Amino acid sequence: MKPEARSQKPVVSRAAVVGAWRSERGAWRPVFTALSSRLVARRTLVAVICSLLAAHCTLLTVFGQQASTNMGPEFMDGRPGTYAIRHARIVTVSGADIEDGTVVISDGRIAAVGANVTVPGGAETIDARGLSVYPGMIDLGTAVGLIEITENGATGWVDTQEVGDSNPNSMAWVSVNPHSAHVAVTRLNGVTSVLTAPQGGLISGQAAFLNLLGSTPEAMALVRTAALVINYPGLGGGGGGPFGGFGGQQGNITEAINTRNQRVEQLRKLLRDADAYARAQAAATQDRNLPRPDVDVVLSALVPYVRGERPVVFRADRAGEIRGAVQFAEELKLKPVILGGDDAWQVASFLKEHNVPVILTGTLNLPRREDDFYDVQYEQAAKLQQAGVRFCISSGDTAADVRNLPYHAGMSAAFGLPKAEALKAVTLYPAQIIGVGDRLGSIEVGKIANLVVTDGDLLETRTNIRDLFINGRRVPLVSRHTELYEQFKNRK
Amino acid sequence: MRKLFSLLLALVVLAPAVGRGARAQQTRRAAGGAEAGETLIRNATVLTASHGTLQNADILIRNGKIAAVGPNLKAGANARVVDAAGKFVTPGIIDCHSHSMLDTINEGSLSVTSMARTRDVLNPTDPDLYRELAGGTTTLNLLHGSANSIGGQNTVVKIKYGRPAAEFIFQGAPPGIKFALGENPKRSNGFNIPGVPRRYPATRMGVEETIRDAFTRARNYKRSWDDYRAAQSRGDKAAVPPRRDLQLEPLVEVLEGKRYVHSHCYRADEILMLIRIADEFGFKVRTFQHVLEGYKVAKEIAAHGAGASPFADNWGYKLEAYDAIPYNTAVMTRAGIIVSVNSDSDERARRLNIEAAKVMKYGGLTEEEALRTVTLNPAIQLGIDKRVGSIDVGKDADLVIWTAHPFSVYARVEQTYIEGEVFFDRAQDLARRADIQREREQLERADANRPAEGGPQPGAPRGRRPAHSHDDDQPQNGDDGGNDNR
Repeated sequence: MKPEARSQKPVVSRAAVVGAWRSERGAWRPVFTALSSRLVARRTLVAVICSLLAAHCTLLTVFGQQASTNMGPEFMDGRPGTYAIRHARIVTVSGADIEDGTVVISDGRIAAVGANVTVPGGAETIDARGLSVYPGMIDLGTAVGLIEITENGATGWVDTQEVGDSNPNSMAWVSVNPHSAHVAVTRLNGVTSVLTAPQGGLISGQAAFLNLLGSTPEAMALVRTAALVINYPGLGGGGGGPFGGFGGQQGNITEAINTRNQRVEQLRKLLRDADAYARAQAAATQDRNLPRPDVDVVLSALVPYVRGERPVVFRADRAGEIRGAVQFAEELKLKPVILGGDDAWQVASFLKEHNVPVILTGTLNLPRREDDFYDVQYEQAAKLQQAGVRFCISSGDTAADVRNLPYHAGMSAAFGLPKAEALKAVTLYPAQIIGVGDRLGSIEVGKIANLVVTDGDLLETRTNIRDLFINGRRVPLVSRHTELYEQFKNRK
Repeated sequence: MRKLFSLLLALVVLAPAVGRGARAQQTRRAAGGAEAGETLIRNATVLTASHGTLQNADILIRNGKIAAVGPNLKAGANARVVDAAGKFVTPGIIDCHSHSMLDTINEGSLSVTSMARTRDVLNPTDPDLYRELAGGTTTLNLLHGSANSIGGQNTVVKIKYGRPAAEFIFQGAPPGIKFALGENPKRSNGFNIPGVPRRYPATRMGVEETIRDAFTRARNYKRSWDDYRAAQSRGDKAAVPPRRDLQLEPLVEVLEGKRYVHSHCYRADEILMLIRIADEFGFKVRTFQHVLEGYKVAKEIAAHGAGASPFADNWGYKLEAYDAIPYNTAVMTRAGIIVSVNSDSDERARRLNIEAAKVMKYGGLTEEEALRTVTLNPAIQLGIDKRVGSIDVGKDADLVIWTAHPFSVYARVEQTYIEGEVFFDRAQDLARRADIQREREQLERADANRPAEGGPQPGAPRGRRPAHSHDDDQPQNGDDGGNDNR
């Protein structure tokens, strides 16, 4: 995208604010000269805030810059505006494309869509002639907000994995950093929502479903506890067991099977306990003569999941693990979703029969086995689609590369997935799989206005994002990356 | 008896060689037997990388070289004709930073390992090489890892998958060497093993000093040879040759401009540091690799005359990469630097076309500028642009046929040619699959997978050898242990 392509007033003023403390010249003048007239009245306040920020950010030598990117004022908080995107090609995803139509956004929602809709008075209109409007993309396999830098450096900013094996009471949403640089970088390529999930152990914790805009975790989390994340134990990897990971200790097959079974049993026992706990609590509520069990934070966290009220995401890649996870879920009456799913195509009819959806995270991974065909990962989505399995596509990345989600879907389309399905696989399908299909994933009246205006096919690499709405708020096309670019592109 | 023994020995020694030859023959046959004769690719959209895009153009390949490019070319009666109507042809993609094919990446025991050579550890059977061919990549710059301030020597190869390692080596490619700055050579990535003394250097100060020390020694060493040769040419019979130093010889070649320096770096300050040292000792840095903050010091890099080889958009995977921006390539290109976009990953090396497309999006480079970042520019950086990197008459016929514009996410590679031979052909790949599948099922049913009576248990399944990705950053000394999780 070209940051200079749009000059929205808030962008200018905010960039200047940001630039003030970072400016090599160290001058404060640019702050004031660039402030839009609309903000003049607030100048004093802004200046005070600026000085506070400047002092604060000087201390934060490393993370200071990223804090600026998402720190934002008017577009993030307060009442969202009314907008009309006119003369756009509208790719609704749920229905037919509208070649020359209008989308009206009001109070954070899509208020109207169609070729002939009335634009409400007072709406800010955006002429989108030659442009397309898509629903924002959704990635269900991330850790955005939980991790700033993945390797060797900033462990203080890594909150992906708790100590211990079973942490159902770890909730991702409480440690999401709304000011992570990843938030703005990710949304600027059209990915507007993510499932951010804890990692590691047997039960990693509860994942949060976030819209990528907001000053607080509360503002970002559309669903705070969207799913329970379980690493389904496997042989030679997965499940956090002693054979976990590449290059792990090699045991013999019998030992590996025993260990796997023990870990499944450990999981089964905990979930059964949670089920018993839920029933005991319910019984005590109905009958005051029964003893009420003490509240147990671990078990109570599991209750909605053992009742099948919310999805349980099982990380599983090998065919045996996938099958095992589904059978396990049925035995315990859980609502399973497979995350990873490298071998899901091998058990496609089984998954279809059990109506279990798959979040594919490995489209652009190298094949797992030396003798796999070169395109086995590229073709996974097409094979699931042909078999009628519910699926969606994820980047499978923790944070930095989540913005490249559309190219994962694009590669699937290059290898057999129909283009329209590839688009659904990163919009409507993930919304449906995680249970927000009524609120996100397509351009329909009443849905949350997460919209991306582009100059081309959303999944194509060369396409530029020209406008962006999240929760019905018009989001400046500014990120840590555009700011550094602006700062250095004309350095003489 | 001795004769018989010799004969047997000869058989034992020769048999595998014959087998290999036969396999190579088979590959050649499978490739259509076109290597000696002519191939005519017809009616394609040709992205030359040197002189724009040609519509409805033909490419005539003769003896492994591009013999002609243009409309309505005529070929001999026996020429193989490939109808590429509606398809796109580009030069073979060149990856300026790869560790594919290397059985080991880092000789990390010392901070100066200029004597170590990647060409001694080439594994031509790695299936990822084939997967890279299937993404249109034909040439790789195989670099030593970045555990050392001055690392080992590089090898430039063409991916002639199915051939012995010696045939992969790009004959005539100027030799190079890997340097590394910053976090990796100072071993700050958790290498502090209790009881084991830390390796010098441990700071960026020490990295600078290590390089300065090495080049000071190299300069002394060069002088001792220069003195010796001068004495010899004066006819001094008593002159004693200096003792050869395999560590310093490659550095003398750097001082003499005969060996290219490819230096891993991230931060702007360390880029400037190496430029200062190079200027002081009178050599040029050929490429800055990764060079994630190159956009901050683009004019200094341009003034030094170095090339740059970053990722398209990787960032944030380590602290040093936190200021990486996808506009890097565009900023550096506009500053007059020759920029290539590399993979440093067996995975990304399969889709460098998409990585190149990103530099159009971020910073608005033209289509040809973007294409050059994975073709002509890396060829220039590696000193092989007279042979490869663009579709021009006289160059090697290293070509890729795509189903759509190579910058489209919907594009797929149909065929990859190296020197006129087909090394990847999707149609053939698909045709072979039923047989391979049958063979796999037979193997899976085989008794070998069952424990013998009273015998040892079979091992638990394990993942395949991890692919190389960011192996520069892997902590193990000597053991590459790369993975895609970074």
